[in-house]
Amino acid sequence: MIGEQPPREKADFIPWLPFLTLLLREILRFLRVSVQTVLTPIITASLYLFVFGATLGDRISVVEGFSYAQFVIPGLILMGVINNSFANTSSSLFMARYLGNIVDLLVTPITAPQFILAYTLAAMLRGLLVGVVVWVISMLFAPLPWIHPLLALLMACLSSFLFAQVGLLAAIFSDTFDELSMYSNFVILPLIYLGGVFYPISILPSEWEFLSRLNPLLYLIDGFRHAILGVGDTPLSTAFGIAGLIALGLFVGTTILVHLGYRLRS
Amino acid sequence: MVSALSIKNLSKNYNGDPAVKDLSLQIEQGEIFGLLGPNGAGKSTTINMVAGVTRIQQGSIEIFGYDNRRDYRITRRLTGVMHQEIVIDHFFTIDRTLRIHSGYYGAPYDEAWRQLLIERLDLTPHLHKQMNKLSGGLKRRLMVAKALIHKPRLLILDEPTAGVDVELRHNLWHLVREINKAGTTVLLTTHYLEEAEQMCGRIAIMNQGELVALERTPDLLNRIYGRQLFLHFERPVDNLPEQLEAMGAKLSENGLQMVFTLPRDRSAGDALREVCRLDLPVREIETRKAGLEEVFLELTGLKNRQGRAL
Repeated sequence: MIGEQPPREKADFIPWLPFLTLLLREILRFLRVSVQTVLTPIITASLYLFVFGATLGDRISVVEGFSYAQFVIPGLILMGVINNSFANTSSSLFMARYLGNIVDLLVTPITAPQFILAYTLAAMLRGLLVGVVVWVISMLFAPLPWIHPLLALLMACLSSFLFAQVGLLAAIFSDTFDELSMYSNFVILPLIYLGGVFYPISILPSEWEFLSRLNPLLYLIDGFRHAILGVGDTPLSTAFGIAGLIALGLFVGTTILVHLGYRLRS
Repeated sequence: MVSALSIKNLSKNYNGDPAVKDLSLQIEQGEIFGLLGPNGAGKSTTINMVAGVTRIQQGSIEIFGYDNRRDYRITRRLTGVMHQEIVIDHFFTIDRTLRIHSGYYGAPYDEAWRQLLIERLDLTPHLHKQMNKLSGGLKRRLMVAKALIHKPRLLILDEPTAGVDVELRHNLWHLVREINKAGTTVLLTTHYLEEAEQMCGRIAIMNQGELVALERTPDLLNRIYGRQLFLHFERPVDNLPEQLEAMGAKLSENGLQMVFTLPRDRSAGDALREVCRLDLPVREIETRKAGLEEVFLELTGLKNRQGRAL
């Protein structure tokens, strides 16, 4: 009998439990569909590695002292990190909005920063997991020198964090699957491909090099590669400075939108 | 004692169309309170503003004395909401969903309470099933469990029995009564007016975003109609006697039935005395009190709009 239960006093509250629960929920969500969320991106990245590592890897060199495979692998690792961080937050939040179960979160005491950090950390875990597996597979094709391993890890985390915010924003501003796919196909993909994954911008004509420097992804990819190979198109401090500022700006913007309930609460 | 829910001058527009207009009401601790109204009356919008799903445009809402915007981390812990639409997380089982939902509220894990809800809502055989394997009734039961898992002091049920079978409705209302007895205040909306009549101590009726009635249920039932006196005859009565017509009587069923609509302050004795004096062939006498449905139709103006569904 419910009446025989101990008197129900005002329930105790564990302030960080809502955050930890949402984080756990997000991790369990992507693990439950791990073929789609982890295995498929790894296979895609492995195909890139095969094409650029096994076929072209030793035949051309775009940076002195390194094979093409060694040049392209850091970019492919970061591409996996970025794509999966974006995909995790964007698909999870968009589906919650689309199916209506976002209200389960809106009625809880979770704060906007907790909400964003839980989504973001789960996306980072997925992105970094894919990145690590791509790196392990890449060892079959070419060894990397890892000149500044901690800086490389920091840039991978920063990139993942940044694109998790972009994913949240895409989910907030999209009303249909078509709109959501536009962000990945017409924004993320071109920025990645033109951001120096496959070539150094120093080999471009000056006007194209100038345009490439306006692409924020350049600083993430080049900074990551610079930390691993020890050479890059941009100083590490510039790359980290720009990446950090963009990540912070996006986090603040996303926090304000979620706090206001913009396009989340009616 | 502070009110469980205090709504003051609440208003909300959607694209310029008013959904809730200057609504004020208070629900005291320990009440079972019914919020009724036709579709589009503004009930769900009101509930969504209380729960925090919809932003408040004007006015204020206090839950146990806490402002639900400024002190939302407190008010949301104190409130449990079962939404009208079925909202479930398709990735998880019932078991996992309840654990996650408890955590969302920052509530310390209480296995005894969780087990109690699972048993009372008859969810035990379905705990480890995937959501897409659950029937509509099971999903509704899960939503009730989700609303209660963090032991709220204010339970909001928005159309909890829509589309569920008789047994589940019976069990659900039994559970709600028990929870209410244990100290939880209940705010419910339902289209089953007889349920509201039986369950609620007080009822508010909304229409087109406005509050059109807020009274104790018996007072509301007595508000418009008194009662009706039905006389069933052994054989048809061809003509309605003038004296009875003057008392408001009407013939129906081809003269086999006579109906008196009696105002609240009028005794049935006058009518019966006149019927006896005229020696009409009465077989049976029946009185009926006005139901909530009649009151509802009158107050919302639906009675004059034939064919419109409730």
